[in-house]
Amino acid sequence: MAYLTVRDLSLGYDSHEIAGGLNFTVEPGDYLCVVGENGSGKTTLMKTLLHLRAPIGGEIRIGDGLLPNEIGYLPQQTVVQKDFPASVREVVLSGCTAGMGLRPFFTKEEKRRAAEAMERMGVAALAGRCYRDLSGGQQQRVLLARALCATRKILLLDEPVSGLDPVVTAELYELIGELNREGVTIIMVSHDVAAAVRYASHILHIGETVFFGTRDEYRNSAIGRRFLSQRGEAEP
Amino acid sequence: MIEKLALYFSYPFVRYALIVGVLIALCSSLLGVTLVLKRFSFIGDGLSHVAFGAMAIAAVLHFSNEMLLVLPITVLAAILLLRTGQNAKIKGDAAIAMISVGALALGYLLMNLFSTSSNLSGDVCSTLFGSTSILTLTVRDVWFCGILSLAVLAIFFLFYRKIFAVTFDEDFAKATGMRTDLYNLLIAVVIAVIIVLAMNLVGSLLISALVIFPALSAMRIFRSFRQVTVCSAVLSVATALIGILLSILAGLPVGATIVAVDVLAFGVCCLIGKIAVRE
Repeated sequence: MAYLTVRDLSLGYDSHEIAGGLNFTVEPGDYLCVVGENGSGKTTLMKTLLHLRAPIGGEIRIGDGLLPNEIGYLPQQTVVQKDFPASVREVVLSGCTAGMGLRPFFTKEEKRRAAEAMERMGVAALAGRCYRDLSGGQQQRVLLARALCATRKILLLDEPVSGLDPVVTAELYELIGELNREGVTIIMVSHDVAAAVRYASHILHIGETVFFGTRDEYRNSAIGRRFLSQRGEAEP
Repeated sequence: MIEKLALYFSYPFVRYALIVGVLIALCSSLLGVTLVLKRFSFIGDGLSHVAFGAMAIAAVLHFSNEMLLVLPITVLAAILLLRTGQNAKIKGDAAIAMISVGALALGYLLMNLFSTSSNLSGDVCSTLFGSTSILTLTVRDVWFCGILSLAVLAIFFLFYRKIFAVTFDEDFAKATGMRTDLYNLLIAVVIAVIIVLAMNLVGSLLISALVIFPALSAMRIFRSFRQVTVCSAVLSVATALIGILLSILAGLPVGATIVAVDVLAFGVCCLIGKIAVRE
């Protein structure tokens, strides 16, 4: 049984369809990359998977013991966060908030989990620093640590490397890859298709034609070859 | 000067008013950070005008305790504004502007048409800019403010972590299973209560200052949510105290004096922040 089974899903705003006919599954341990042109509905798909937006049609079934709110999320940066006064520790701890119920304070266990997540993402030394004063790469690591506080099962990453320089980008991809090897299921939206075929186990291409399969199938498909060469990243 | 203060403080009533002033200042500063960061600074302004309109209706209807009408109407307006903020045909700031000037005009119109008071402009002025003296607060006002302030404080401390999560990243909070709609609603209701409370102290035109100045000042200096919250609470209480004492000593209007002290404090904090960055 898969974590996520998506059937005939169509996405959009106010009954105006952006993307349709999506069929794919996500098994525990998968690393799925969602690629496609700008405006093809990648971010909308993320929001729909997270129940932030209702689909126009089709269904998303969850299974294999995954609860609806056991999906961690690394969103794109918002304007609000640019001048938000918050320490790294506060941001990471906020990943535990949903599990608190009505309890007003964090438990020792939750604090331990946050400390561990910071350690794992290499931001423990920054715990007292202000989030907005960090570099882009450090901010992404902090948000990853927060997502790990919320869940260890499945992470949805929305353009995690946009705006980062190549070195930091490579480091972040490595970190995400390590998490995946440790058993965290990854779904990543990206327009970096070259990285997608390098790191992911499965590719979902959305747009006028929809493709879902393993990365090798994608490399050998017509649409995959066209998209990869368009981006100047054709692989042998 | 000292004798004058001592004379005033020999009335228990002045002491109560001072306590209430401090409590209101404390409450109004707490949610300031959230409002500023969520780009809701003007909600305070809009709601205060709604409260003014409601006050006029209560006066026309000869309510014995006008707060019983003003509070529910303001809370309702807050809920409506937050709801429409998300997906409505008229977007956030326009909706707020529309409701606020509409309520202001309606309130003034009602007061003009049906006023029984001989001093209409005096009534309007004290509703807009606060009582000219805290001595005009009634004992009932003092109790009312005291109890509501304590309720607001309790809610803030119980939900501090949730308010942080919802302010910092609403999408993440919702995706991980928090009932963000509920917390947004809670924030809206608390704001409305604070507005109605603060109306007694500074009047409806100056409320926004009480809500956003301490937060903005604290954000110049501090870098974590907790530090900013504590600092803005301390600043708000200090400026309110100084403002109230000054207004008693010099016979100035309370609200305007407090806000003037707030502006001054903001300037000082900006300077401190600049110097701290350079070092």
